[in-house]
Amino acid sequence: MKPTLKYLLPLAVFMALAGFLAVGLHLNPRELPSPLIDKPAPAFSLPKLGEASGKFSSEDMKGKIWLLNVWASWCSACREEHPVLVELAKSGQVELYGLDYKDTDADGLAWLKEGGNPYRAIAVDADGRVGIDYGVYGVPETYLIDKAGIIRYKQIGPVTREVWNEKLLPLIKGLR
Amino acid sequence: MIPELGHLALILALLLALVQGVFPFIGAARGVPMWMQLGLSVARGQFVFVSIAFCSLSYAFYANDFSVLYVAEHSNSALPLQYRLAALWGGHEGSMLLWASILALWTVGVTLFSRHLPAEFRARIIGTMGLISIGFLLFILLASDPFERLIPAAMDGRDLNPLLQDPGMVFHPPVLYMGYVGFSVAFAFAIAALLGGQLDRTWARWTRPWTTVAWVFLTVGIAFGSKWAYYELGWGGWWFWDAVENASFMPWLVGTALIHSLAVTEKRDAFKLWTVLLAIFAFSLSLLGTFLVRSGVLTSVHAFATDPRRGLFILVFLGLVIGGALTLFALRAPRVGLGGKFDLQSRESMLLANNVILVAAAGSVMLGTLYPLFLDALGMGKISVGPPYFDTVFVPIMTPALFLMGLAIFARWKKTDLPALALRLKWALGVSAATALLLPLVLGKWTPMIALGLLLALWIVATAAINLRERLRQQSFTSLSRAYLGMLLAHLGVAVFITGVTLVKGYEIERDLSMKPGDTTQIGGYVFRFEGVSDTAGPNYQAARGVVRISRDNKEIAILSPEKRLYTVQNMPMTEAAIDAGLLRDLYVSLGEPVGKDAWALRIYIKPFAHWIWAGCMLMALGGLLALSDRRYRRERAAAEATP
Amino acid sequence: MRRFLLLLVLLTPLWALAGETLPAENSASEARLKALSQELRCLVCQNQTLADSNAPLAEDLRNEIREMIAKGMSDQEITDYLVARYGDFVRYRPPVKSQTALLWVGPFLLLAGGVAALILAIRRRNRLLPDTPDEEDEA
Repeated sequence: MKPTLKYLLPLAVFMALAGFLAVGLHLNPRELPSPLIDKPAPAFSLPKLGEASGKFSSEDMKGKIWLLNVWASWCSACREEHPVLVELAKSGQVELYGLDYKDTDADGLAWLKEGGNPYRAIAVDADGRVGIDYGVYGVPETYLIDKAGIIRYKQIGPVTREVWNEKLLPLIKGLR
Repeated sequence: MIPELGHLALILALLLALVQGVFPFIGAARGVPMWMQLGLSVARGQFVFVSIAFCSLSYAFYANDFSVLYVAEHSNSALPLQYRLAALWGGHEGSMLLWASILALWTVGVTLFSRHLPAEFRARIIGTMGLISIGFLLFILLASDPFERLIPAAMDGRDLNPLLQDPGMVFHPPVLYMGYVGFSVAFAFAIAALLGGQLDRTWARWTRPWTTVAWVFLTVGIAFGSKWAYYELGWGGWWFWDAVENASFMPWLVGTALIHSLAVTEKRDAFKLWTVLLAIFAFSLSLLGTFLVRSGVLTSVHAFATDPRRGLFILVFLGLVIGGALTLFALRAPRVGLGGKFDLQSRESMLLANNVILVAAAGSVMLGTLYPLFLDALGMGKISVGPPYFDTVFVPIMTPALFLMGLAIFARWKKTDLPALALRLKWALGVSAATALLLPLVLGKWTPMIALGLLLALWIVATAAINLRERLRQQSFTSLSRAYLGMLLAHLGVAVFITGVTLVKGYEIERDLSMKPGDTTQIGGYVFRFEGVSDTAGPNYQAARGVVRISRDNKEIAILSPEKRLYTVQNMPMTEAAIDAGLLRDLYVSLGEPVGKDAWALRIYIKPFAHWIWAGCMLMALGGLLALSDRRYRRERAAAEATP
Repeated sequence: MRRFLLLLVLLTPLWALAGETLPAENSASEARLKALSQELRCLVCQNQTLADSNAPLAEDLRNEIREMIAKGMSDQEITDYLVARYGDFVRYRPPVKSQTALLWVGPFLLLAGGVAALILAIRRRNRLLPDTPDEEDEA
């Protein structure tokens, strides 16, 4: 029935379109995956929060598996994430480092005093330059970096227990 | 109590819609006049109940009933009355109720103005619209109930988004929806024709006025939206190729193609299947737009709060309606005949070429809008497709259509001699080209795009004028059909629109400045004097109001007061630009942030011919209206009314 | 005076906007900044260009671009710099690569295909249909 087949073309095209739309319902168009995955973590050397001298340098971190958590005192979602991080740090399962993003030292320290300090060290990124290098577009964001200094995973949004159990922990175990 | 009444009314409306969507079809298939007639009464009943629901919700807004969740989310007691009422369609649930209400309104319109149609055909149209109503009412009741209560009631509401607190909010959505939803009538006419087997010139003649009215509303609705964005958003843009804008533009492009295709079918009984397919496409794109705005599948400034669950419901509905329509199309298509013969060079083929171009344009817009989704779904990364893409692609595709517009109005049905036609018009082309090439030099800047835009606009005007002149040699002005005059007017509107777009894009001047009170600056022959900023307040906002005096040749011509507002409820800042609109240019001033101690950042634009953009759209709409009032439709109604 | 102070106080939550660019000199480099930032997407307010957005990150990125222009980087280098950090998503003009081939070529294929289909369809129906006598051909 050759002539009839061509009349089915519009229906076929529509069904393909509907298929894509159905898949689209499960995606998040606002989320931006990082182009830095499996690439070297951008180098930085920044002052440490709460310390008058000394620098936190990404070079020093080679040989370690660590999480770089980008946070700020003015970020409301960070409040949600903070208790989870504090617990994580206590459990000793991974080393946690912070990047205080576009914040003042005073505000950052006050925040830590209030909620606790899960970080082994915190780099101060006052003007957000290092954030740009890492492709930070919102806060909080967390990077998992391996021993060779390669970024293995980026968490966009707060680190929750689910994220830890389902995404970060398996990766970290795999890296060890 | 009243919200519950509204909720109940919706349930009753759904029940009536169920009857409306079933009985007329059975009645038409079996030839039972009473059941076909039932469809009409039930449709009117549905309208009554949907209206009750609409009025109930309106009342809740009017009375500041913050025990209704939707009202609490979108209104506030300090909100001026007109915005309290317009807030009804400020959120997802209410806008769905607006959709359903307007659908019911169109359905009633069809019941009133379709007496001249055969009973079975009419019944199937009402039935189809009934099925669509079922979908929307079901969706509202199951997933988008605007009457949901908030217990305990809020003290006051969250306020309507300040961006929406504007006259634009009162007009743009209802008019736009009248257009979107109006294409459901053409859709229903197409379905009825496929079911009943009668697809001919008469069908096209009946369908055309309904399509034109919907198209007029959509044209005006889109123009309103664009104009609103222009003065509201503070940086003078009027079209951003945003996903939701595209969602309204695609049905417009296909609707325009449909109007032209109906002309071919009406005149020559040809390309009927293509016309039917376009009618299905136009409404499908309306539904697609509804899906895109609410499902969270695309990011957009206009998107309502997204909910994938709602998105799924709409997608299933889309699948049923469009899938069903296209299946019916595939089944019935082989039976439909070819119709009248016409040459490759003829008016028919030029109208169809217009169709091909418009549909390709609509396809391109869809491709660009959905491509990021396609790639993401296939795991191939995330990209953005923005104005640079659309601008690059859209213009080359539309240009042939605009050029053909000038030729096609001269083409004769069945067979025309295009080369001879082109020769006849070479003078018009020459003058247009010469002017288009030289004018930019006179105006101070020459780019290919400016020259192209001017060429197309001048070409359209020149050919229309010549065509009119030739006609007037053969007949008097009063004997010219309104359909013809409407066509010329609409085409003129296109030329005016192109002129506006070309000149604004080509010659607009933008300056970002820091000014202290008393500072002046001279831009493009105008002197802008900044008088300073004072504070003022509105019903629900505080504002810093600047005063800028504009003079030209030492004569003061305007005083503009741009504002920087802070809407107190949501603590949201907003820029309210000030515009001195003129026939030949807009002077646009926007207040930025304070700089230092007493200076302010100001953004000043001179936008030549900006209002021609929307004037062009209005002319297009007027042309459509004029064509609608053509004798042949009035004659038909009179004949229908004469018969019992 | 008091009301002005009150307004200032009320406006303090807008500190997020406080870093808004001071209007700079209108010069060639500003023009370049404008042209570049109009082709880039703001990652925070994802429906605005980098040129129009008031978001702090947009502000930072505009300043970054300004510096890159001052350093003498070409438009392509600046774009590459941002794409390396944020992916292709940041470009409003989609790159031309194999994944976007269909996107860029599609519209023109549609047009050409449509025109071809139309011509074929007209020719075909003219073969199949008998010649009809001329009717009135008023346009």
